[in-house]
Amino acid sequence: MKLGWREMPIAGVMFQPGSSAEYKTGDWRIEKKPLIDQERCIRCMICWLICPDVAIERVQKPYKNYQESLKEDYYHCKGCGICAAECPVDAIEMVEESRVVP
Amino acid sequence: MVAPKDLPLQELYAPGHRLCAGCGPSISVRMALKAARGPTVVVNSTGCVEVSTTIFPYTAWRIPWVHALFENTPAVASGLEYAYEALEKRGARKGKVDIIALGGDGGTFDIGIQALSGMLERGHDIVYICYDNEAYMNTGIQRSGATPRGAATTTSPAGKVIPGKRGGKKDLAAICAGHGIKYTATASIGFFTDYIDKVRKAIEVDGPAVVHVLAPCPLGWRSSPADTIKLAKMAVQTGIFPIYEVVDGKYRMSLKPGKLLPVEEYFKLQGRFSHLLRPEFKEELEEINREIEGNYRRILGLAGEQVA
Ligand SMILES: Cc1ncc(C[n+]2csc(CCOP(=O)(O)OP(=O)(O)O)c2C)c(N)n1
Ligand code: SF4
Ligand code: SF4
Ligand code: SF4
Ligand SMILES: [Mg+2]
Repeated sequence: MKLGWREMPIAGVMFQPGSSAEYKTGDWRIEKKPLIDQERCIRCMICWLICPDVAIERVQKPYKNYQESLKEDYYHCKGCGICAAECPVDAIEMVEESRVVP
Repeated sequence: MVAPKDLPLQELYAPGHRLCAGCGPSISVRMALKAARGPTVVVNSTGCVEVSTTIFPYTAWRIPWVHALFENTPAVASGLEYAYEALEKRGARKGKVDIIALGGDGGTFDIGIQALSGMLERGHDIVYICYDNEAYMNTGIQRSGATPRGAATTTSPAGKVIPGKRGGKKDLAAICAGHGIKYTATASIGFFTDYIDKVRKAIEVDGPAVVHVLAPCPLGWRSSPADTIKLAKMAVQTGIFPIYEVVDGKYRMSLKPGKLLPVEEYFKLQGRFSHLLRPEFKEELEEINREIEGNYRRILGLAGEQVA
């Protein structure tokens, strides 16, 4: 999204709620990215809640007895590692950026 | 208290903002919005959150959001409350809108404190949230009235002349509660369910309410981004940042008093305090320890609790 001065809204008002989601912050990551182990995960949703970049999604995709699965959003994740540090059952590992994940 | 898994799925705060990796204030905002009860408007003073969530032409906010100058967020929020009232009187709109005024510690403890005092004294139905990262971070780590004693910042560098910041943190909760408001709380993003619960209570209060939340800043604290939540927890566990509520003038601790964790454990993880662990700053460290213990006991006393 790029606007010339002619298209600028008066007073710089921004009309599209949450438009920052278009902006890729995933390329801020250096070296590591989080990888969630669905098998280990107990669906406490702590990682989902504490991520400063809203980069862990709860998807309505059943997995064994669980209704939900957790999904890394690599388009936005900045690789801070908070999720991996706080997961109570160590279900998140920070892996090499180059690792191919499903 | 609502468990994380039972919180609303709706994200009123979007990704793609430009706050640093591991930013505590970012977490504090996202969590606060999980406590929203209906139509909500945020008024935000200049600081990291304001600047980095609204880099033109993008915004991370999915609710109406107003930028106010550094020093006048509470004044702008007060005006908004009156404006909604006037519109309702004229029949131009209907229904309650919750107003959240949001400011950093610099914006709250120092430059905006006069506007905040006015807002509290006039009795506006507004929730004021101060996210406290303990310095003016957006302009490059200058000390504020919320910077703890001994912390090194660019305007309180530790060295031969001074041992980091002189003097401690203002007691913001007492200043706010001193206005006779119904609800004041201190909180930490490390105790997230407690924090979200407090924001919700503050919203439900009729009249002004204040939540002062500790939100670590990896850049300014010179800590690992992965340690943000851990540090927010440790600040409470060491007693350097006790969490409590002041409801109708009565203090109530949010955690059962227990044995305090040695503050050195907390300092060790942060570059801004690393000098305090060197032998030449031993006296300063002892003084800090005395202050923490004294303040913790003082708050426990106000809450009518026994020291463990
Ligand atoms: C009147 C005025 N003085 C100074 C500034 C420059 N300024 C912008 S943000 C900021 C620091 C804000 O500190 P704080 O409120 O603690 O928020 P943080 O950046 O730490 O999130 C300063 C000094 C300004 N915008 N307006
Ligand atoms: S914190 Fe760990 S256990 Fe909890 S939802 Fe996330 S991955 Fe699963
Ligand atoms: S590494 Fe940080 S940004 Fe990425 S998903 Fe985990 S908490 Fe979110
Ligand atoms: S400087 Fe600190 S408060 Fe500001 S965006 Fe970075 S981590 Fe967040
Ligand atoms: Mg600050």
